[in-house]
Amino acid sequence: MNAFVRGFKEDATRLAGDLRHRGLIQAALNKYYGARDVKKSKYQSWEDARQAAAEIKWEAINTLDKCLVDFTAKLEARGTRVHWAGTAEQARAIVLNIVREKKARSIIKSKAMTSEEIRLNDALEHAGFEVVESDLGEYIVQLRKQAPYHIVFPAMHLTRGEISELFERELGSAPTDSPEELTMIARRALRSKYIAADIGITGANFAIAETGMISITENEGNARLTAALPKTVITLLGIEKVLPRLEDLALFLPMLATAGAGQTLTCYNTLYGGPRQPGECDGPEEYHVLLLDNKRTHLLADAEQRDALHCIRCGACLNVCPIYKNVGGHTYGTTYSGPIGSVITPHLRGLQEWKHLSDASSLCGACTETCPVKINLHHHLLHNRRNAVRQNPVWWEKLAFIGFAFIVNRPVLYDIGKKLARIGQLFHPLIKGSPLDPARAWTKTRDLPELAEKSFHELWRERR
Amino acid sequence: MSEREAILGRVREALRIPAPLPGHGERKGSREFSRWLPPVGDSLEAFRAASAELRTDFRLVDSPEAALAELRAAEGWKKIATHRGELTTPACASLGLPVLTVDSGYDVQDLEACDAGVTECDALVAQTGTVVLTSRQAGGRALSVLPPHHVVLARRAQLLPDLPAAFALLKERYGANYPSMIALITGPSRTGDIERILVLGAHGPKKLTIFCL
Repeated sequence: MNAFVRGFKEDATRLAGDLRHRGLIQAALNKYYGARDVKKSKYQSWEDARQAAAEIKWEAINTLDKCLVDFTAKLEARGTRVHWAGTAEQARAIVLNIVREKKARSIIKSKAMTSEEIRLNDALEHAGFEVVESDLGEYIVQLRKQAPYHIVFPAMHLTRGEISELFERELGSAPTDSPEELTMIARRALRSKYIAADIGITGANFAIAETGMISITENEGNARLTAALPKTVITLLGIEKVLPRLEDLALFLPMLATAGAGQTLTCYNTLYGGPRQPGECDGPEEYHVLLLDNKRTHLLADAEQRDALHCIRCGACLNVCPIYKNVGGHTYGTTYSGPIGSVITPHLRGLQEWKHLSDASSLCGACTETCPVKINLHHHLLHNRRNAVRQNPVWWEKLAFIGFAFIVNRPVLYDIGKKLARIGQLFHPLIKGSPLDPARAWTKTRDLPELAEKSFHELWRERR
Repeated sequence: MSEREAILGRVREALRIPAPLPGHGERKGSREFSRWLPPVGDSLEAFRAASAELRTDFRLVDSPEAALAELRAAEGWKKIATHRGELTTPACASLGLPVLTVDSGYDVQDLEACDAGVTECDALVAQTGTVVLTSRQAGGRALSVLPPHHVVLARRAQLLPDLPAAFALLKERYGANYPSMIALITGPSRTGDIERILVLGAHGPKKLTIFCL
């Protein structure tokens, strides 16, 4: 068992029994469910919108080479410097180069999951630069030296009391139990950071191939400030973020808001097409866009699972997943958690090391049903399981299934098996839940249902 | 080989095997976004309702000067910022306050110290209660987000029904040469990052006022 599996199992067991954690997550998600259902019901046809969104992302991903060429050509034509990074290491090196060249002292960042993916903050801090996360939730988890708990709600696992204590300790503020006051403490602390920063780093929600624009969705205004005030701005994005046309946003922006946060539209949806243009009074002198592969082309090469690249990172599948709700975001040990994380992490970081995430699934299909771009999520979990076994067969599992098939195909043997099981059951309490118990994974915390006295087959024979 | 070519090469190689179509394998090819998104009905009523929900202060006014003067008195403004514009320039000048005009450059600390940023816009979107503005026509990137109160002066004719109409307008108006920033602003800045409880004014303006002529 590798360390990732061990960590996952330990954390999952601990958190699944942590009632305080459960209460916190349920309370947060219940608010989300209510808002999402109201907003979804306002659509004239959410289902048609989903189908169209799925088709548009399908088009973008299946013409990705053309989309990327168009996107970057348009950006470069208006003075943006485009960088391509095959790996996380290359991406970090590119950002470090820009930061060093600009002799930057302080860096302000808005939310970017890709920066978590390439561990950019660690690299920048290691090189001696101050990096401040400006999204409130990200700022809180950064102060706690933690990873974000959720793609969209990074600090969902914390109470206001914990945040107040954190601010008291790190910022010297007075304790308070008002979310509004806590938000204002962060607002005041970050204002000077925006103004002082030489470099702004942002993520991206969409990349428009037709016009060469980055689209950023947020509620707080921190990304807008990050892209407005520093002299140099860098945007990080995965190559899969493309949409073919500008007008596609008329569908994707409201769908992202509804699926992601239960809003009609997120507060700020902003398009950036380059550095400050002639006749404009502000904006960065230099604009860099960094396109990251980091094994996305590996996922692209798997035609069966290619639609996982349609993901718009709304987090809706996390919010409905019974596994996520029980074990929480940090347990996954990955940048991308929940069903989408379980699907793509084996492609991004190795199937054998991360296949266990695909086992942590009830296969209920809630993720597939809620996904606004119709990614076939729960089937992909099965595909990962199948691929993992195909690549690395487990001899005793194989043997067990051969034995199982041999017995169930022979009614006489099956009948004997049933009778033996009824006898064996009498002795089971002696070993129940102990390391000797073959059903231990189940019986550790649960009872095994008793076999019926008579099988359906036997009852049927008697009735005839 | 450059990294660009290497990545594009991997993309092309990967795409040689076609992927199944989304959903149940059919491609409807329909793009009637307006027919699926939330219905609009009367644009003015829809914008009013969306604004109320978002806590945007939306008012139909006869005179922007009078409306601004009233707001100034209520909020106790000492200094405001704006950009040169047909509506903004006379309205801001009439207040008799120090006015920072950002068009030919400004000091960020000065702008941060202003009580309000007054801008025009490209459009209002009834479906979502959104203000559409650009860096070219509304005083750059920071004016509408750095001061604690954003005031928009708009005209009735700028009210559009829905998002597809807004993107069509942007294409028509700027298609040949887009501004470096296009912002869709839907209500005052907000966050729910602490226990999913709504707080206004996370980093951007705590208040958004729209005066529509």
